[in-house]
Amino acid sequence: MTRRIVVVSAGLGQPSSSRLLGDRLAAAAARALRAEGEQVEVDVVELRELAVDLANQLVTGFPGARLAAVLDRVAAADAVVAVTPVFNASYSGLFKMFVDALSVGSLDGVPVLLGATGGSARHSLVLEHALRPLFAYLRATTTSTGVFAATEDWGSPGELDTRVDRAGRELAVLVAGLARPAAVDPYDVSAVSARFSALSA
Amino acid sequence: MQFGIFTVGDVTTDPTTGRTPSEAERIKAMVTIAQKAEEVGLDVFATGEHHNRPFVPSSPTTMLGYIAAKTSRLLLSTSTTLITTNDPVKIAEDYAMLQYLADGRVDLMMGRGNTGPVYPWFGKDARDGIALAVENYALLRRLWTEDVVDWTGEFRTPLQGFTSTPRPLDGVPPFVWHGSIRSPEIAEQAAYYGDGFFANHIFWPTHHFQRLVGFYRDRFAFHGHGTRDQAIVGLGGQAFIRPKSQDAVREFRPYFDSAPVYGHGPALEDFMRETPLTVGSPQEVIERTMTFREHFGDYQRQLFLADHAGLPLKTVLEQLDLLGEHVVPVLRREMDALRPAHVPDAPTHASRVLAAQSPAPTAQLTTAGRAA
Repeated sequence: MTRRIVVVSAGLGQPSSSRLLGDRLAAAAARALRAEGEQVEVDVVELRELAVDLANQLVTGFPGARLAAVLDRVAAADAVVAVTPVFNASYSGLFKMFVDALSVGSLDGVPVLLGATGGSARHSLVLEHALRPLFAYLRATTTSTGVFAATEDWGSPGELDTRVDRAGRELAVLVAGLARPAAVDPYDVSAVSARFSALSA
Repeated sequence: MQFGIFTVGDVTTDPTTGRTPSEAERIKAMVTIAQKAEEVGLDVFATGEHHNRPFVPSSPTTMLGYIAAKTSRLLLSTSTTLITTNDPVKIAEDYAMLQYLADGRVDLMMGRGNTGPVYPWFGKDARDGIALAVENYALLRRLWTEDVVDWTGEFRTPLQGFTSTPRPLDGVPPFVWHGSIRSPEIAEQAAYYGDGFFANHIFWPTHHFQRLVGFYRDRFAFHGHGTRDQAIVGLGGQAFIRPKSQDAVREFRPYFDSAPVYGHGPALEDFMRETPLTVGSPQEVIERTMTFREHFGDYQRQLFLADHAGLPLKTVLEQLDLLGEHVVPVLRREMDALRPAHVPDAPTHASRVLAAQSPAPTAQLTTAGRAA
């Protein structure tokens, strides 16, 4: 069975350190899963390319075709690696716009590994005070380790590698151990008619 | 097949002139638009109901009663009547009264309303939206079909030996459509009662509404009102028409770009590709509308949104001329030619009176009838 890991990167630069971190986190999780005999596909979503689609969805209330296809890919993932740069002490607006576009329940029980990048290690708690509560609201299952990469980390890869490996293994454990709850279908006939009958009674 | 227009009654500044019509102007313009709809040969005029600015039509039956007096053939409808925040007793009485004044040229479309703050202004809670729609409509049907009603429910005071007055014209209440943008429960409600289902079909992509209409058709058959393709489906649509396609695009673009519902967002071309909005020549509007039939099956009512986003009255009336002269006659002919004999027309007062007199319980669904 092939496990699909979707990396969502809100990085804006070219090249982007958020994308770089996302790739490494996904690779670490894939390594750990392959070691257990699983097949793994990694699928990367660069939110930068969806910036206009996300703004349009805010105005019109529905996602355009390209954004809708990406939302479907995320909702169908076995695991998500979500990485954002830190802007003014929190996740970036682009990152939040994407999270706001996800339909209700689409990350229910999905294993998620959180990552963030910033200029200084002093921002590292963003993972805990901003990203983790957001994903708790989404009812995602987050790994206990999130990975923050400051500029200085890219110069001392040993330490960053250790954290990336640990987080990747945690994600692999969640993916291997968790059965994904069935997504709620709003058009499920028996559920709709039961709700209607209950209200008519 | 019935063709017509539906209005939301927004007061919007014309972005090309900076001019905002007064409420008086907008209300009178809506009446003029309805009269024009009859004049150019359309079948239906439907008005929205709103209780918040920038919308003016808070009182559909007042407006439709006035239009009834000014017209002789036009079917008068709503888009939508708020089944959640209006008292079903008042709806039963208002629309029965309108039936008499309009000689039966009345149907209505139920909707929940989409603005949370409106509910508490009428003593209701938006979180009860679906529950209100279900309970209130069940009561409304009883008030129309039973002379004396004893009733207790959750959302209004009980009724003891109550008779709604006047009784529906000829003992037949107006046909009801249920409008919804995203609630399968409302599609279920329409199917359960064998009522019509109207997919607003504007602003959102077609595939979204295909799911709702498909659900309604399945459930219509399940509840024993006929086959899937005999279900009564209405669709919205928006068009801006000029004899030449490039004129239509050039003229409509500033309205699109600043419209409250999609302005400052997607490009006109992208929005036309992803939603049913058609800006172009009569032939383009005809071709696009014919695809609705391919997407949703044979259907009974097509309403166009023609008067929004600050378009001046003169332009709206020109739209109706083009619709009446070049678009609707072709659509009517082509849609009618393609529709199999067992697929019914939209019910009218005349066809419903006939059905009520006939012993067969499903007669209304197979009786052809168009607004005389």
